[in-house]
Amino acid sequence: MDRLMLGDNQFFGINHMSEEKARAQAMRFQDISVVQDVLDDAYDERVTTFMCTTHERIELVADHVRAQPERYADMTFLPCMPYAHKYANAMTDEGPLGAIRKFLPDGGFLDAARRGGSALARKDIEGVTTLLIDAEMKMFEGLRTPVVFLQNVVVDLLLGLGFDDAFRIFAEHVRGRYGAEPGFITMNAPMLLDTLESVGIENPVVCTNLNKVGFRMSGGVQAYQSLLRDRQWRAIAMSVFASGAIPADEAIGWVCEQPNVESIVFGASSRRNIVATRDLVSQYWQLD
Amino acid sequence: MTRIGVVGLGKMGLSHLSMLRAHPDVEVVGVCDSSGYMLGVLGKYTGVPTYGDLEEMLAATELDALVISTPSRLHAPMVRTALERGLHVFCEKPFCLDPADSLALSELARERGLVTQVGYHYRFVGAFAEVKRLLDAGAIGRVTHVLAEAYGPVVLKEQGGTWRSRRSEGGGSLYDYAAHPLNLVNWYLGEPVDVRGTVLNSVFSADIDDTVLSTMMFESDATAQLSVNWSDESQRKMSTKITVWGTQGRIFADRQECQTYLREGAAVPDGYEAGWNVRYTTDLTEPVWFYLRGEEYSAQLDRFVGRIARGDLDDVNAFDEAAVTDRTMAQMLLDARDPSRTSTRPAAPVTRRRRRFWRRRR
Repeated sequence: MDRLMLGDNQFFGINHMSEEKARAQAMRFQDISVVQDVLDDAYDERVTTFMCTTHERIELVADHVRAQPERYADMTFLPCMPYAHKYANAMTDEGPLGAIRKFLPDGGFLDAARRGGSALARKDIEGVTTLLIDAEMKMFEGLRTPVVFLQNVVVDLLLGLGFDDAFRIFAEHVRGRYGAEPGFITMNAPMLLDTLESVGIENPVVCTNLNKVGFRMSGGVQAYQSLLRDRQWRAIAMSVFASGAIPADEAIGWVCEQPNVESIVFGASSRRNIVATRDLVSQYWQLD
Repeated sequence: MTRIGVVGLGKMGLSHLSMLRAHPDVEVVGVCDSSGYMLGVLGKYTGVPTYGDLEEMLAATELDALVISTPSRLHAPMVRTALERGLHVFCEKPFCLDPADSLALSELARERGLVTQVGYHYRFVGAFAEVKRLLDAGAIGRVTHVLAEAYGPVVLKEQGGTWRSRRSEGGGSLYDYAAHPLNLVNWYLGEPVDVRGTVLNSVFSADIDDTVLSTMMFESDATAQLSVNWSDESQRKMSTKITVWGTQGRIFADRQECQTYLREGAAVPDGYEAGWNVRYTTDLTEPVWFYLRGEEYSAQLDRFVGRIARGDLDDVNAFDEAAVTDRTMAQMLLDARDPSRTSTRPAAPVTRRRRRFWRRRR
């Protein structure tokens, strides 16, 4: 994995500090070509990995990159699935099962499984899960996707429920079908690492908040620091700036000095921001 | 260790279940739902004991508390069942569709000394709690007006099918959406003495309201307006906003931030100054043991569990506080049906003198 990767929250009106900023970003990036321009800037500044949700608009980016294989020879996508809001809104409307049914390419599959009632076969769950993954992965066909992530809302929901098998099902399918490493995004890394270990997922790729102030790091900064020191995992740091609560140089300095952080994913809306972050990180880490 | 059962495994129920199972002081001893498929999956893959019926679960398990996240019309009977068995209760919002039930159940819980809480999670959002803190400190002087808003992309086309699209079962943006900002208004200003100008309109729905507009009058002479629309696709998700005007300043808050303007001469709280002050969620939010979808969801459950351990009956979102919101919504429904009615106040024209007179007589 590249040490520095671009995230996509800024493109979809997600900002943890301000609704106004979020809306301004949503307006600015309404035209996908503006998103593409920022991605091109990042690419030309050698930030060639894009960690992105499986939002339907990303499909346009994927099409654009696919159409110019020479221009984007090093372009790497790290898909994060699912785009949770479409499920969340559908769940309010149609319940959890209704929401899953709505996004399955073949709704009849779930209906057949439901008719089975509580005598549910393991293959049903595997079948539903893998169909959902395949539906989300379709837009990336033919592109480089070395890691495929499960979004934190899903990871943390399953983690709390104790639905541990789901992680293994996800990992097996992502490895088997896409030749990719399974990745897990979480706000609860200490608990997740224990669970992944218990289902035999070794040295997992885990993307989690890592910031000096402990913002959305359940268990606290020290627990995360001891995970970095003592456990075998491939850590990707996100929310490094804690949504702007920490000055950039201080934030990058802190995270780069933590042991065993493999990569940082960051949001940026302009070439200037991309260069600034890259230059800060390169003060601590060897990039390229 | 608090032994908890969860009834109703919709969106909120599953999310509560996940957070509770991750809580170090909680043992989830049973879950109950009418969907055999959902129970089958959960039982098989998570090992949690499952029941198809509440009575069955209550008979088979030893519980300290019940978390109720069923469709709204089922809240009242299930809460009663739980209280009569001596269980502490966390109930999803809205509490009861009939305010008479809200009152009776609040009283029953008090008689039995049981801890109760309703899932108005916005009171656990740092920015909205900061508004409460500022108002209690008198930072903006006497409150004159509140604007409470909620917008979101829930109903964007004609549809139907679930209980949420049926008025009789507690569907509609009043119970489902407006209840949240309204509950914040109740927290900040108390119960309105009168409700006027309520309009519940459909945008797309056949049987329910998609928008809510209403004006509330308070004992203090403060007013509040509610503006809610869940057919607003421009919002990525539910967006709740509160603006409070006072004689000494103004406060604006949403989930992300709290912006306060204080006039010279205001009672400026520690850490604030005259002029603009902005506090972000990163400063205002306490860490939680487990994060699923916002600290507030974790924090409210943690508070409930902590209150049970302490036997703390009077705290934020107890049944009697949620009953205030139920009564306010009932007033709005009444007002929307018959604007010419006389309710808590003499009919218009309401003059200031008559209101004073009325107040003395009470």
